[in-house]
Amino acid sequence: MPDDAAPDHANAIEIKGLNKWYDEYHALKDVDLTVQHGERIVVCGPSGSGKSTLIRCVNSLEEHDEGQIIVDGTLMGDAASVEAIRAEVGMVFQQFNLFPHLTIMQNLTLGPMKARGLSRADAEARAMKYLERVQIPEQADKKPGALSGGQQQRVAIARSLCMEPKIMLFDEPTSALDPEMISEVLDVIVDLADSGMTMIVVTHEMGFARRAADRMVFMDHGAIVETGTPTEFFEAPKTERCRTFLNQILKH
Amino acid sequence: MKNLFALAALTLLAGCGSGGNWGWYVIDPTTTQGWNNITFLLDGFGATILLSVIAAALSMVIGMLVALPGMSTNRWISLPSRIYIEFIRAIPLLPMLFWVFYGLPVVLQSMGITVRIDAFWGAVITLAISDSAFTAEIYRSGIQSIARGQTEAAKTIGLTYGQTMRYVILPQAIRRILPPLANQFIYIVKMSAFASVIGMQELTRRANELVVTEYRPLEIYTLLILEYLVLVLIISFFVRWLERKMGADESR
Repeated sequence: MPDDAAPDHANAIEIKGLNKWYDEYHALKDVDLTVQHGERIVVCGPSGSGKSTLIRCVNSLEEHDEGQIIVDGTLMGDAASVEAIRAEVGMVFQQFNLFPHLTIMQNLTLGPMKARGLSRADAEARAMKYLERVQIPEQADKKPGALSGGQQQRVAIARSLCMEPKIMLFDEPTSALDPEMISEVLDVIVDLADSGMTMIVVTHEMGFARRAADRMVFMDHGAIVETGTPTEFFEAPKTERCRTFLNQILKH
Repeated sequence: MKNLFALAALTLLAGCGSGGNWGWYVIDPTTTQGWNNITFLLDGFGATILLSVIAAALSMVIGMLVALPGMSTNRWISLPSRIYIEFIRAIPLLPMLFWVFYGLPVVLQSMGITVRIDAFWGAVITLAISDSAFTAEIYRSGIQSIARGQTEAAKTIGLTYGQTMRYVILPQAIRRILPPLANQFIYIVKMSAFASVIGMQELTRRANELVVTEYRPLEIYTLLILEYLVLVLIISFFVRWLERKMGADESR
């Protein structure tokens, strides 16, 4: 994001000393992460390393036990702060989570109309704008079940964008897709990244990471093990665990 | 099963013959007395149906009021619902009916409220409360069968709890709730027979009264069973139609 946009808060997301337990299981260990406005972060790591849990804490889908989360200057705490933060943060899920009983158009207008009070006409105009952006305006009157996985995920992205968030979280957005549909979804995310959207993407798509990420975050066993630019990260990983992980996923 | 039917048919046929101990004359529509008896018995239909419908409607409302807080993750909010369900489910219908009809007015009177609970409303209240514990569980399982991702997606587009229920969860859950709810209605219809013991003029009560004057329990109770059978078969037919319709909708 250009400097003259002058965000009134220094960082988009500040996470300090974050800890989370599921009963005995220590899911997040002293996680610190600062995301600047317009920064694109890719989080990777073995399954069960806490990547999803981390980004789900950012919009309070998971509650953390210790530490601070500050999103665009708002400290997460009471219900009002959670509501304020969710208004700034969009999220795309691995399983799309579209509303199957509603048409694509209704999926996109529900939030703007009910949560933001937009008129139907305004909400539909906005929905069409974002459906065009993800290149499926012709599917507006269908139900999600009639669309392919790739199309559904693009609709899910458009649904998030309709809330005009400042920050987007992607939780393994291509993991549930057939291989031939992965690139159409990644293209949309790259396009969004190019437009200056602040985003955190949890993914195993390392090609995408090289293309779109400003910074890589590698997690293992609930802790951030290593961060760095994609070049540093892929060419010269600093830790043994990271090297092993990269060898495993880049082998194929 | 087939044999059982054959046996039953044979027994009835034998009874119709002149040699048996059956006395179908009590409900022979060709005689004035028989016809009067039949209309007296059939007149109970209205009360049985009205009683069942009102009780079922109340049970659906109470069930929802119990089910929604019962699903809260906050233990203090869910606890009263759990207690209500366990408690009500454990009370047999007949003792509850006696308690409501004979006991409740006394309790209310001691609180300074004077109400006369007639047989109809005593039966309605009892059936509704007794059934509401089951209705609540039907709602709960229906709502919980909707994937958690739906609620999460609704949160990320800023919907409140009420909006999420109304626009996202309930429209989907209703397909899974309606068929078992309609089934539960059959249970109410059958249990409404208990209302006869507190003097409610419905099918069973009418049959009892006619037996006292005509001394023909076999014929009159046979007709009574047939009356319930016809009523329940009609409802079952409707339930099956509903299940088919809902099932077809779901796969679309």
